[in-house]
Amino acid sequence: MIDGENSVRGPYDDYHKWFEAEELTRIARKAEQSEAFFRRTGITFNVYGEDAADERLIPFDVVPRIMSAREWRKLSRGIEQRVSALNAFLHDIYHRQEILRAGRVPMSLVANNDAFLTQMVGVDPPGGIYTHIVGTDIVRTGPDEFFVLEDNARTPSGVSYMLENRETMLQMFPELFSKIPVQQVSNYPVNLRRSLAACAPPMCEGKPVIAVLTPGIHNSAYFEHSFLADEMGVELVEGHDLRVVDGRIAMRTTQGYKAIDVLYRRVDDEYLDPVNFNPDSMLGVPGIMDVYRAGGITIANAPGTGIADDKALYSYMPEIVEFYTGEKPLLQNVETFRCSDEEHLKYVLDNLAELVVKEVHGSGGYGMLVGPAASKKEVEDFRTKLLAQPSNYIAQPTLALSTVPIFTEKGLAPRHVDLRPFVLVSPDCIEITPGGLTRVAMTEGSLVVNSSQGGGTKDTWVLEE
Amino acid sequence: MLGKTAGGLFWMFRYLERSENNARLIDAGFRIALTRSANSSTEWKSVLTTSGSLADYDARHSGYRSDKVIDFLLRETDNPSSVISIMKAARDNARLVRTALTREVWEATNESWITLKELLASPVPDQDLPDVLSVIRKQSALVRGATHGTMLRNDVFDFARLGTFLERADNTARILDVKYYLLLPSIAKIGSSLDNFQWETILRSVSAHRAYRWLNGSEVSSSKISEFLILHHQMPRSLAFCAGKIAQNLGNIQEEYAVEHPSCEVANALFERLKNATIDEIFEEGLHEFIEKFLADNTALSTQIQTDYRFSE
Repeated sequence: MIDGENSVRGPYDDYHKWFEAEELTRIARKAEQSEAFFRRTGITFNVYGEDAADERLIPFDVVPRIMSAREWRKLSRGIEQRVSALNAFLHDIYHRQEILRAGRVPMSLVANNDAFLTQMVGVDPPGGIYTHIVGTDIVRTGPDEFFVLEDNARTPSGVSYMLENRETMLQMFPELFSKIPVQQVSNYPVNLRRSLAACAPPMCEGKPVIAVLTPGIHNSAYFEHSFLADEMGVELVEGHDLRVVDGRIAMRTTQGYKAIDVLYRRVDDEYLDPVNFNPDSMLGVPGIMDVYRAGGITIANAPGTGIADDKALYSYMPEIVEFYTGEKPLLQNVETFRCSDEEHLKYVLDNLAELVVKEVHGSGGYGMLVGPAASKKEVEDFRTKLLAQPSNYIAQPTLALSTVPIFTEKGLAPRHVDLRPFVLVSPDCIEITPGGLTRVAMTEGSLVVNSSQGGGTKDTWVLEE
Repeated sequence: MLGKTAGGLFWMFRYLERSENNARLIDAGFRIALTRSANSSTEWKSVLTTSGSLADYDARHSGYRSDKVIDFLLRETDNPSSVISIMKAARDNARLVRTALTREVWEATNESWITLKELLASPVPDQDLPDVLSVIRKQSALVRGATHGTMLRNDVFDFARLGTFLERADNTARILDVKYYLLLPSIAKIGSSLDNFQWETILRSVSAHRAYRWLNGSEVSSSKISEFLILHHQMPRSLAFCAGKIAQNLGNIQEEYAVEHPSCEVANALFERLKNATIDEIFEEGLHEFIEKFLADNTALSTQIQTDYRFSE
């Protein structure tokens, strides 16, 4: 909010004026109310490995993060470019593999990758879309300086928090929204539904029937699954509600089996089909891949998109963007050292305490080392793990992340944040909801924003032009 | 609607009804324990029987001391019939069918669960028990109010109501079943009318001691009470009233889906039988036998509904 010269940054002008005129105790009271609101609404998440009955709230900060329309335009153009490149890349590696032939991405990265599904080779997903929903993780290091941290092309979560955070702000501080022109986010569910319907499979007759597939009420993101089904007005199904009937995927209703056209699945590839993938899976639908290949259903996101989330592949994103769009990437990639490479590995080992090291297939902030924040012992322990299997890791420098203010008992205090805008891809267009989910490292100085590691969230405002 | 969703609604409302009924049973038992401590052990045993948890209780505890029984019925998470377990089950089902509920109904259910979890986090001392039981009833009223005020009158509503009335009929029948010997005419003959506290207990456990007086003044007899609880068409917890509602809700679903199922026929037959029965006939047939048969029919109907509408595979 405040820049180096101690003056208020442009987009925060109006908010700052309002804040200065407010009593801190009133805002503190509102912050407490917001917690009760989240709990009553049931916006909770389950933490793996803890008591199943234990549902936690993600801390919510009442100070919005604000971006100008100009900043947003620049950012969203970059995201659009990157997402189109990702779709083109996925189509290519499951078809002619031009990019591998051209030697721009090494063959080994695809061939030896569990996330590359041979079952998808030669398959044309309906509408030609692989990544219907993307949640690109962005960090900002300075004015107009955005880096992409992760692409999240598989099954990005968090969009329900984006929507509920706004809803909460509207309830708590309605006066702010009449003073400050903020772009709407509430169209997301309608757009999602339209976007999914636009990818109906060849066998669809009439209006596409859409459903959301969840692993069930014990999944950490169950709230989001039911929230999205509810907001779209579609059924929320589990694997045991579905079966193959006459070459279609059908759900068991009170009036018999009814075919589904588009399945927005929140179940990982591996568990999607016990016949074609993990035979022990209880979450999926036996035979769904065969129906998919025959054009009987659309699966969103398409199976096999997970390869785009591979952190070693990430390091090739600048080449990928250039290869498919013919343009220079608008958003920067964080410099990435691939530990499979001998020279890179040497550098990483020499500078371990300064780097962030991540597992290639990891997510959720688990299994990573944040060098500058780790103890000597943690660094050395990690060194052993890294040496045992170098190709399983990549390393990145820690960025000088920008901070935004959060509300504390003593007033405003700076914290590191990232941003996950949500992107919808359909054959006609790429839509990005203005704003997204801002995640905050609630601990002073911390860089880890994941909710599973104590991170919080806040509302994200993009101002009108 | 998904079969699973119909099942989730059905069970959510069965559990909500059950938690309220159990709170009432505890209330009635507690009154007796206060006023007639000599009888309290027998009374607690019959409360446990009515709630279907006597065997579970006996497996874990010995003797029927008030505080032990109350804690078992309210708070023990190992007891699937305790209020806390039932509310958890109700709320789990509500999460499962959240997309079929209005925001108001979901929030009322979730709030009930949060409130009760806090309230029952530690043992409830005697002096707080009336308040705690009244909160349980109030929370239940809150969910019911939200349901009536905001839900569309479609199959979602009908499946919810089926759960409510099947559970309620089951509960009233169980109370009658456990207490039937008190209502036998032979006892009335021996000691003129029923002992005041005994019939009060029965009526209180269905929250109807006032309603009974409205209808019957001060006349207390076994046949009047039995008629009231079994056949009275205005008494919302009588077997006939519940059977009527069940038949009506199944009729609505049948009409909406335009498909006939056996459950509707079974429910109609059950309702007709109760509508045309008189209390004298029932006594002649044998009150105990009559109630046993009703309980069995009610359970069979519940199973038939689950099959007809594909609650599970």
